[in-house]
Amino acid sequence: MGVTAVITLISLGQGSTRRVTSQIESLGTNLIIINITGGRNRSVTEEDLERIKNIPGVSEIAPVLSGGVTVKAGNKNTNSSLEAITPGYQQVRNSHVQLGRFLLQNDLDMRFRVAVVGVDVADELFGRRDIVGEKISINGVEFSIVGILEEKGSSIAGSDDNKVIIPLTTGQRLLRNTEVRTFYVSTQSPDVVNQVVGEIQRFLTRKFNDENSFRVFNQTQLLSTINEATATLTMMLGGIAGISLLVGGIGIMNIMLVSVTERTREIGIRKAIGAKRRDILIQFLIESAVLSGLGGVLGIMLGFVGVRFLSRILNIPAAISADVVLLATGFSVAVGVIFGLYPASKAASLNPIDALRYE
Amino acid sequence: MEDLIDPEFLQTSVDEDRYANGINEKEGAFGYMIRLENLSKIYNTMGDNRVVALNNISLSINKGEFVAIMGPSGSGKSTLMNIIGCLDVATEGKYYLDGRDITSYNHNQLAEIRNKKFGFVFQGFNLLPKLTALENVELPLIYAGVGAKKRREEAIRTLEMMGLGERIHHRPSELSGGQQQRVAIARALVNHPSVILADEPTGNLDSKSGMEIMEIFEELHSRGNTIILITHDINIARYARRLITIRDGQIVSDEEVEMQ
Repeated sequence: MGVTAVITLISLGQGSTRRVTSQIESLGTNLIIINITGGRNRSVTEEDLERIKNIPGVSEIAPVLSGGVTVKAGNKNTNSSLEAITPGYQQVRNSHVQLGRFLLQNDLDMRFRVAVVGVDVADELFGRRDIVGEKISINGVEFSIVGILEEKGSSIAGSDDNKVIIPLTTGQRLLRNTEVRTFYVSTQSPDVVNQVVGEIQRFLTRKFNDENSFRVFNQTQLLSTINEATATLTMMLGGIAGISLLVGGIGIMNIMLVSVTERTREIGIRKAIGAKRRDILIQFLIESAVLSGLGGVLGIMLGFVGVRFLSRILNIPAAISADVVLLATGFSVAVGVIFGLYPASKAASLNPIDALRYE
Repeated sequence: MEDLIDPEFLQTSVDEDRYANGINEKEGAFGYMIRLENLSKIYNTMGDNRVVALNNISLSINKGEFVAIMGPSGSGKSTLMNIIGCLDVATEGKYYLDGRDITSYNHNQLAEIRNKKFGFVFQGFNLLPKLTALENVELPLIYAGVGAKKRREEAIRTLEMMGLGERIHHRPSELSGGQQQRVAIARALVNHPSVILADEPTGNLDSKSGMEIMEIFEELHSRGNTIILITHDINIARYARRLITIRDGQIVSDEEVEMQ
């Protein structure tokens, strides 16, 4: 029972941890998000972005102008989020097309009305995904679709697939807004993230003369926070499972104590014909270990079934790792030995005469 | 391991001539197979009650003897057998086995002596119900560390000697009382012990099976085995050659039994 609980809970815990982590990692572990807040006319200029890009450790920078838009095709329309971007976005946000092409510098320079859409938008408007070359209208302005984004699935921040990406310059016109207030920075490696964050903060503080006029989110910070949270969750689940192992161990001890009492006479006979304490001790320890080992195997099988069942019902991806199975098996045998120790030593220290006289 | 007993001591085929004349003059008192000196066993029960089960007993038994120890229940004869068989230790006095003082041996050493030097036959047979006759007989050899193949051969040979060659794979519950006791005797003999200790071996048997069992003991005696028989039945005790009667923890008589 304990083993079942251990396997099920830890697998589910690790599964959900892995999902959250992979969601965050899909955003890019070396990603820094900067939001300019508060005050009008607070935005970064192209020169500012150029300077930030020149900070050592920065590999790419991607300004984003975003807003909610209505997208229309034929007689169907849908609301989705628009992001007006530069080509650097592709690398920074780890965002790729599955069909067609991504936006190019040329699209920006020429202010082309071209768009890359997410799969949700394609499904909603066309009911299919091979829609490169089709026309859509965004807030009444016609765009041609040049690419379809890879499916990302929904994340804690909402669906990543219900979005439309257009060139930054085109977007500035469409949204009638030239102020870039959000931009992403990717660093060359996750190790320099903190250092780059410091540089950006210093730069923006100097520029705005105000520390509170912008916010810098650090992807690794977020990741480690969430990792900590899910690790706590897994530990807690493991703790519950551990308690059930303890209960199982006490159960085994009980069974063994009953067994020792029932077999007092047998122990007496064995001792009379020359069994040493060690012989009796080993006999009962092996029995206890086999008992709990069998329980462990049963528990692993039940655990597999339980994980399948629960992950389907709760829609949590479950990861049964070999470590967990080995750990649980080892644990159950260890529990057998540890909790069998007391009954076995009790059996071994029985006085042969008393044991023989026992009815 | 400091527990280990001198292997020579555990050799069961002790040189025959040493015991040829009963007492070996050179070794004096130590020439006996079993020698108890001023042995007492006192149980401390609840409170300050002291129960004296054995009171200052001195006794010597030679190799090849067939001794019956008789006495009413509560006389201390079972305690005496337990001490002789190393299942229990005396409170006072000395115990020499094959000339060696084993009074202060520890649990493991005593277990080894029980395994190698004694074969026990109990009133209630005391076979392990889940094991077959063969496995029951193999048990002492397992604890003696004998290899599987030799163990099996020895056990089968001993069972055949007891006339149970056909029934080696039966469990005790599938055997009659007499057959069970013969399995128990086979188990007692399989290690070639120095002494066979039988505690009321016929107590749970009908008179016919009881007689068969006693004939087996006679046979074993005639082949040179040392047998100590504990009983309260004078008819059973008459099979022995020497009759020791004890009462209230003391030996009241020790005499030769006239041949029937």
